[in-house]
Amino acid sequence: MILFENVGLRYGLGSEILRDLSFRIDSHSFQFLTGPSGAGKTSLLRMMFLSQRPTRGLITMFDEDTATLSKDARATLRRRIGIVFQDFRLLDHMTTYENVSLPLRVIGKEEAEYRTEVVELLQWVGLGERIDALPPILSGGEKQRAAIARAVIARPQLLLADEPTGNVDPNLGQRLLRLFIELHKSGTAIVIATHDIALMDDYDARRLVLHEGRLHVYD
Amino acid sequence: MSTTEPLDGRAETLAEPWDDLEVRPLRAQGPRVVTAIVPKGSIAGSSLTAVAAIMTFLAALTAGAVMMVIGAASDWRSDVGREVTIQVRPVAGRDLDADVRKAVEIARAAPGITDVRAFTKEESARLVQPWLGSGLNLDELPIPRMIVVKLWSGPPPDFAALGKTLSEQVPGASLDDHRRWIDRMRDMAGAAAAAGLAILALVLAVTVLSVTFATRGAMATNRPIIEVLHYVGATDGFVASQFQRHFLILGFKGGAIGGGAAIILFGVLQAMNAWLTGTAGGDEFEALFGSISIGMSGYLAILGLIVLMALVTAWASRYTVRRTLDSID
Repeated sequence: MILFENVGLRYGLGSEILRDLSFRIDSHSFQFLTGPSGAGKTSLLRMMFLSQRPTRGLITMFDEDTATLSKDARATLRRRIGIVFQDFRLLDHMTTYENVSLPLRVIGKEEAEYRTEVVELLQWVGLGERIDALPPILSGGEKQRAAIARAVIARPQLLLADEPTGNVDPNLGQRLLRLFIELHKSGTAIVIATHDIALMDDYDARRLVLHEGRLHVYD
Repeated sequence: MSTTEPLDGRAETLAEPWDDLEVRPLRAQGPRVVTAIVPKGSIAGSSLTAVAAIMTFLAALTAGAVMMVIGAASDWRSDVGREVTIQVRPVAGRDLDADVRKAVEIARAAPGITDVRAFTKEESARLVQPWLGSGLNLDELPIPRMIVVKLWSGPPPDFAALGKTLSEQVPGASLDDHRRWIDRMRDMAGAAAAAGLAILALVLAVTVLSVTFATRGAMATNRPIIEVLHYVGATDGFVASQFQRHFLILGFKGGAIGGGAAIILFGVLQAMNAWLTGTAGGDEFEALFGSISIGMSGYLAILGLIVLMALVTAWASRYTVRRTLDSID
């Protein structure tokens, strides 16, 4: 699904923050991406999400060489990937329902087409009662669930999550992990970037560990 | 367990991670009003509308004023330029009426002249009436007689030859071709028109720049929306079109308010002008400044300004979106 070959990344004229990354993310797989703060987890996620170009190396996604894609082709490819940000990135002027349905709206679907689907997903993540609430009045956990729902509403083949439990208490972190496990069972490949050791100990999965710019894979 | 299958097609029955919460059934779902992707009614948006309205108003006033100046200048030139005057002064021992007739004949014979009309004694007397009052015996006063000579619209006749013939054959006659007056008038009118056009160009430039920057200012608050749309898979064209439409409407609204106010103002001035026509003050004013009317072309120019405002805000928002998207990627 995703193949990194000898990928390196530097910002400006500085030294490479990520070096010689070669790994693969398979369909239906589940992995944690971990490493100390500042190790480059978010940069690596951004490269997987096509919103950061590598300075060298080859990234193949869904059998396409990402370096040769046009901007529109990158946008189309991005629709096959869902992303959950640590800071949620919900739009404050839209209700939970509208935030979650945004990925369907940008591909031109009409409200009547996706209404049932969005409502069911919101119910499934426990936001059935908060469907018309605006993000500023949602709790941290509710915002995170809304962000996850938005990331999966268009049925992506890959879900990337950047520190999804970073802003919630351990109990809620467990619940969110269960949510990701259920999504994985439904066929979505999952990459969770985290430095929460307790979270990783709760679920036995492949670990990608970034350390001093290099990636170590523990299957 | 829940039977909900949000990822149906690929899903088995999914466990409900929130199954221990009390979940009440959702109320019946009818069609929902979908909020615009670009929020309406932001403070930055209102400021942009205000800037567009004020700048359109000022630009419309400038355009109207410049058009009136150019129109008045061309009227002055053409009115004065189509006439020359022959003045016949009374000379002791000569018959003034005969001199006037002779001068008229000479003028009629010259090429390029369409009409020659001598003022009668009474008309000449009326010309001096404001200074001398009425009831005088004008026969005793040596009042010169005026002959108005209308010219054709082609190249001007040979005034030097005409003047020479007149002064040779009619001793008291002199030709005033208004040359010096017309030259000055032409220079002044040309300068006024050029200055007006320069001011209009500057006002338009300031209008476009200020509206562009106001749009970019309003766009700055929208960066998070651009980013989110990009991350959920929107193409650059989709994101740009959302903002372009929104800002086109904001610019059009501002332009319509400012341009509409200018149109009303010019309409009121024109009505007042029509109302004052015939009064002494109104006639003086009109003689000096021409009619207070920007005409159809003026109103069309204001409509053009309104469209320009909408296009500038739409273009500036599109440009800013593209720049923002380039910086994200």
